[in-house]
Amino acid sequence: MSDILNNVPVMADLAAKGESPEILFWVGCAGSFDDRYKKVTQAFVKILNKVGISFAVLGPEETCTGDPARRAGNEFLFQMQAVSNIQVLDTYNVKKIVTACPHCFNTIKNEYPELGGNYEVIHHSTYLQQLINEGKVGLKGGGEFKGKKITYHDSCYLGRANNIYEAPREVLAALDAELIEMKRCKTKGLCCGAGGAQMFKDAEPGNKEVNVERTEEAIETGASIVASACPFCMTMMRDGVKSKNKEESVVVMDLAELIAKNEGL
Amino acid sequence: MQYISQIIFLLVVAVAAYFLYQRISRIRKNIFLGKPSGRTASPERWKTMLLVALGQKKMFKRIVPAFLHMLIYVGFLVINLEVLEFVIDGIAGTHRIFAPFLGGFYTVLINVFEFLAVGVMFSCIMFLIRRNVVKVKRFQGNEMKKWPTLDANLILVIEIVLMFAILTMNATDMLIQGQDEHYAQTGTFFFSGLLVPLFEGMQLSTLIFVERFAWWFHILGILGFAVYVTYSKHLHIALAFPNTWYSNLNPKGQMENMAEVTNEVKMMLGMPTENANEPPAEIARFGAKDVNDLSWVNIMNAYSCTECGRCTDNCPANMTGKKLSPRKIMMDTRDRAEEVGASLAKGGKGLEDGKSLLGDFITKEEINACTSCNACVEACPVNIDPLAIILQMRRYVAMEESGSPASWNSMFQNVETNFAPWKFPPTDRFKWAEEMESKS
Repeated sequence: MSDILNNVPVMADLAAKGESPEILFWVGCAGSFDDRYKKVTQAFVKILNKVGISFAVLGPEETCTGDPARRAGNEFLFQMQAVSNIQVLDTYNVKKIVTACPHCFNTIKNEYPELGGNYEVIHHSTYLQQLINEGKVGLKGGGEFKGKKITYHDSCYLGRANNIYEAPREVLAALDAELIEMKRCKTKGLCCGAGGAQMFKDAEPGNKEVNVERTEEAIETGASIVASACPFCMTMMRDGVKSKNKEESVVVMDLAELIAKNEGL
Repeated sequence: MQYISQIIFLLVVAVAAYFLYQRISRIRKNIFLGKPSGRTASPERWKTMLLVALGQKKMFKRIVPAFLHMLIYVGFLVINLEVLEFVIDGIAGTHRIFAPFLGGFYTVLINVFEFLAVGVMFSCIMFLIRRNVVKVKRFQGNEMKKWPTLDANLILVIEIVLMFAILTMNATDMLIQGQDEHYAQTGTFFFSGLLVPLFEGMQLSTLIFVERFAWWFHILGILGFAVYVTYSKHLHIALAFPNTWYSNLNPKGQMENMAEVTNEVKMMLGMPTENANEPPAEIARFGAKDVNDLSWVNIMNAYSCTECGRCTDNCPANMTGKKLSPRKIMMDTRDRAEEVGASLAKGGKGLEDGKSLLGDFITKEEINACTSCNACVEACPVNIDPLAIILQMRRYVAMEESGSPASWNSMFQNVETNFAPWKFPPTDRFKWAEEMESKS
């Protein structure tokens, strides 16, 4: 069983066999390199395998979407990345992309079409919600998170940028957990501080770090789990929890990890 | 002799119209310093304008100011109907020309206007208290220097005084009606009736003087205020409508594509370009350094800003002490457009005055602090987009100056050489899968 769960089909291999999967799982750089977010990638793959979805990843052929370069002002670099990614995606005749990164999601979904890349792009929170609605995962009831206090941190690139507020919350609802909202949530959600390429530089001079401000708010809810749906948010919130010395009582987990754990994967 | 007041009235209106025309043309020119926006008509635009500008949808996120603002807004729209009578009376030399025609309905109408006038006064007083006594945080801020603060208070005081003039006019008119049968009988007005004791016992000639003074004060005040508004943040009363019509209708996360870059990128990659046969367009500048590099919608945004500070209040960078304030970005953009426009009107150097929006008004530290979270865009009651300006400036800094922060330059390099923003070798990209499979 675990063999099947840990299976990671690669696009090039499938193409060589003349197969084409239903979805492409776009892993993203954080999902590929960041030790913490790799676990999210792995959890999501397990869910896909468990459900039996036909999927593949680009593997070594995947490269940065160009989002941080574009937000930092380097349009040339962004477009170079975008155009060559589109070439790869089109070579494999990709139609449907699922990704666990809101930044990759936003870029491929909203910004690639103007450069010739047209795909159906779904963020993993929406995808998990679909799987739940279809009864494929997460309806066991009395799972590990039943009654636990969870707060959800909205990613700006899912929320305000793309109006995805309900899907992540419905995923959490399927866990039968107690969702406690922070004071600033949904359209008013406070940024983790990493967007707009801030992830890749120190903050400008100020009197506080944005992630600390946000983490304080998350801790105030009394939740033991901060659910996130973005690799940058996860890093920032984990750093925030660390800086508040709350690692014992508060954990930051991605939606995919919560579902995978609930499923016993 | 009997025509003299009519002549004066027409002259006054003509002078106000002249100044208004001058000012509106200037603002129009300043706005069109910007580049074409590429935004075209769609039913969605009308819907957005109706909901956001006319319906004030986004104001209602904060119920107390929304209610107070609604009182002033409705008062402004409805009381302007009365100005119609002012204008006809002024031109024709009549007095309350509608009263005989409308009869009892006139009494009802004026009572409604008076109710709204009192509502406007109430709201303005509350707003003055919020600004000057309670000192609501979003009205403070570093960019709220002398003029923006004075401007805000002036607007509120002028509105109170104008409303008071209407009530005074009605109160004295009622007293005159009792003494001079030439005056049209209007019935009793409730709110101005409360002011009657102030004027009771005055001689008829004094009452007539006060009534006329109030009438002239109100109409001159309105005309003067109309001209003043064009120099003020209060311009939102007009520009909120086109501004929301021209809102960004794409997902907020989508950055505008730079077509001029696309062509170059495709040529570099040996791909067919759309306009391969045409000579490449002359590209003035990548990104925005000054107002003329922005789109005209960006500049209209700046003129539509009423400096309410909801953007800055919601900005994660600002609330954690960084220099960035989205409101300041908009105020700076407007101030620079004004400066350039004023210089050009005098035959001066305009954009070539050695100054620029980025550098002399907005600093790199400010634009570098932005997390592109869209909280400012979401918060704006008239759909102003400060983020669009910030991102265009980052483009200028990165592509024209190579002046991005060193860590960003390293990130660029990583993306170029390792195809990831971090310095990991590309060969490690698929390790997560190997780790997984090795477990099975």
